[in-house]
Amino acid sequence: MRKMLRTKFCLFVTSALILPIASYAQLGEQAPAVKPSSHMESHVGNLTGHSEPGRELYFRYCWGCHGPHGDGNGENAAYLNPTPRNFVAAVFKCRSTITGTLPTDQDLYNSIGRGFNFTNMPSWIALTDQDRANLVAFIKTFSPRWVTEKPGTPIPIPPEPKLTLASIQHGQQLFQKLECWKCHGQEGRGDGPSASTLTDSNDQPIRPYNFTADNRSKCGSTNQDLYKIFMTGVDGTPMPSFADVVKPEEAWDLVHFLRTLQYNNPSPELTLWESTPEGKAIVAAKRVDQTNTGSGEKP
Amino acid sequence: MLSPFGQMFKDNGYQLGNDRDAPIYQSPAYWPIALRITPNWHLERNQNTVVDGPAGSDTQTLATVTTRGFDYSGMDMLTAGTLAKNFSFLLVPSADETGAFHFESANVRFDNILGSSWFNLKVGKFELDNLLSEKRILTLSANGGYYQNYHFQPWLAVGTPSPAYVFGIGDNQLGIEWMGHSKNDRTRVSASLLQGTDGNPDFQAGNGGAAGRAYEGFISASQAFEVPGLGLQRVGGFAYFGQAPTFPEYTQGGDAIFGTGIGNQAYYRAGFIGMWYFKKLDLTTMYFYGHDSVYLATGTPSNLGTDGLPEGAHAPSWNGALFETHYTANPQLILIQRYELIRMKQQALDSNPGDLGNVDALTFGFRYYPFINSRAGFAFSNEYSIVWNRKVQYSPTTGLPIDLTSSSLFFGIDFAF
Repeated sequence: MRKMLRTKFCLFVTSALILPIASYAQLGEQAPAVKPSSHMESHVGNLTGHSEPGRELYFRYCWGCHGPHGDGNGENAAYLNPTPRNFVAAVFKCRSTITGTLPTDQDLYNSIGRGFNFTNMPSWIALTDQDRANLVAFIKTFSPRWVTEKPGTPIPIPPEPKLTLASIQHGQQLFQKLECWKCHGQEGRGDGPSASTLTDSNDQPIRPYNFTADNRSKCGSTNQDLYKIFMTGVDGTPMPSFADVVKPEEAWDLVHFLRTLQYNNPSPELTLWESTPEGKAIVAAKRVDQTNTGSGEKP
Repeated sequence: MLSPFGQMFKDNGYQLGNDRDAPIYQSPAYWPIALRITPNWHLERNQNTVVDGPAGSDTQTLATVTTRGFDYSGMDMLTAGTLAKNFSFLLVPSADETGAFHFESANVRFDNILGSSWFNLKVGKFELDNLLSEKRILTLSANGGYYQNYHFQPWLAVGTPSPAYVFGIGDNQLGIEWMGHSKNDRTRVSASLLQGTDGNPDFQAGNGGAAGRAYEGFISASQAFEVPGLGLQRVGGFAYFGQAPTFPEYTQGGDAIFGTGIGNQAYYRAGFIGMWYFKKLDLTTMYFYGHDSVYLATGTPSNLGTDGLPEGAHAPSWNGALFETHYTANPQLILIQRYELIRMKQQALDSNPGDLGNVDALTFGFRYYPFINSRAGFAFSNEYSIVWNRKVQYSPTTGLPIDLTSSSLFFGIDFAF
């Protein structure tokens, strides 16, 4: 019996040694040439974040969803929709940089502090500024992209032009012309004809943003945030960048129109829109009372 | 103690605030229920215990009584969650080790009323907004499993505990609480209106002591601030304004009709607290002050006036302090140390020794979590605790006041799932 156990133990040890080598050989061709750096810094305003203290924070607060390897496969991931961000792929939704590029440290810092509406990622504003900067630095240790690439340059955001009815109406035309409605729906409820077919870069179903549900999109609540979203795109999702399609002044018109879709959130745009007979009739017809769930979602 | 994020999560009514808090978004595979119990082996030693002498019960002597063995704690069933956005609940049916159930917590919360984080209400039975939570205490032994300052009541005389009322600021209380906080939770304030029964239900059946028609109040406030390089620190203060009846308005066959106590007399507790963080070391410091009415302290009906008081009677008061240190070596191992002291400032009777009832309590230990995940908890909870109660009994041999010293050695497996 003892001999049999010893034999089994030897087989186990041999397997443990050989299998990883075999696996590595299989993966050899795909293995990245550059490894992620284990020490990273972040620079946010006057703050300098360091990955070492960020690591402690990550393994206290983040790893349950994002996973110990940062690949978005934490123990909670199976229960979350959308799935947690995969830091190894280093594809980020909320950026100030053009599509396909890495975000700035400030972008990541803002995302951690803001949280992501309509996901399970909460706001981490309870942490200190330094803690959040340290987390940004640590997140960058998961992907070799942070070694081989530099973050993109933030797009310029021209001053917001004066709000006019003509601007809203032009935005309304752009909403049709650019076919935003195909995904977001004519009323902006995220229920356009293509909505049910959309998937993200992980082939997970993804719902277009429902403008009527809240005044805060995933990437912020200001008009500048909205502007950035369709000029930079939302990487990893079907939402493309429109930087090459619309001019900056047109983008602002679209921002002004999108605000009028947020029927339950007072804004200068909505007030102006409702001051017209056309706008008032449209908003009155579309406004729906709070649902029983209290979730803010509209049927 | 809670992390800054945990505190904010709690203060937001157990909500993440990202519009995914309504129950329809939760996985139906999991119910929001956890069971917690702690099988353990413990040793209890009581020095200066008065026992029968060799000749039998006619003579008494002092002995150090030691007991030991395997045991288990009571069990908490922790269930909490959102009923809808900004409506949440906490229900904790709890059994003692014999299986006798009671409700440790049962409350409903209304959060972000009118869209403001400064307007949150909680109704039912709940833990007071104590920054230093006794319900989240890291030590579990018979002597170290609670805070001495939170439950201390002055002695009437040597060998005679305070007779009048039941109260512990660490006990969950019945009532309504308003709580407000800044968006990032750095600033927190709360005020509660409470039933004067120390959290016991059914006061008409006599639960919660004499249980009069008294309402009590608790207020607390705290502010967190960032120290560069060290992170968030928090300081705060709290005060409990209590009152308890001293005699029943009506009796029946000589017995009090429960719930009709009158002649309320005041007691209060107040303190300041600081929570200091130095990398892996954190330190909680607390100053505590207590005061009881002379009528409560001496068990005298207030309608008798000062003439009814024992000779040399005073309203007792006392000071207390706590120093609790945690060293979090890593998320799986935490070392714990606590020292509490209570010093009487004014005794209830002039005839009392000046240090009657003074307390010193020392606890140290560690908790080791062999694994950590978000759906189950498991820790080896090991500690030693010793409490010195000064001059609280008479020696049967000398007739002089002597100390009572109790200690616990505890090895537990604390788990929840």
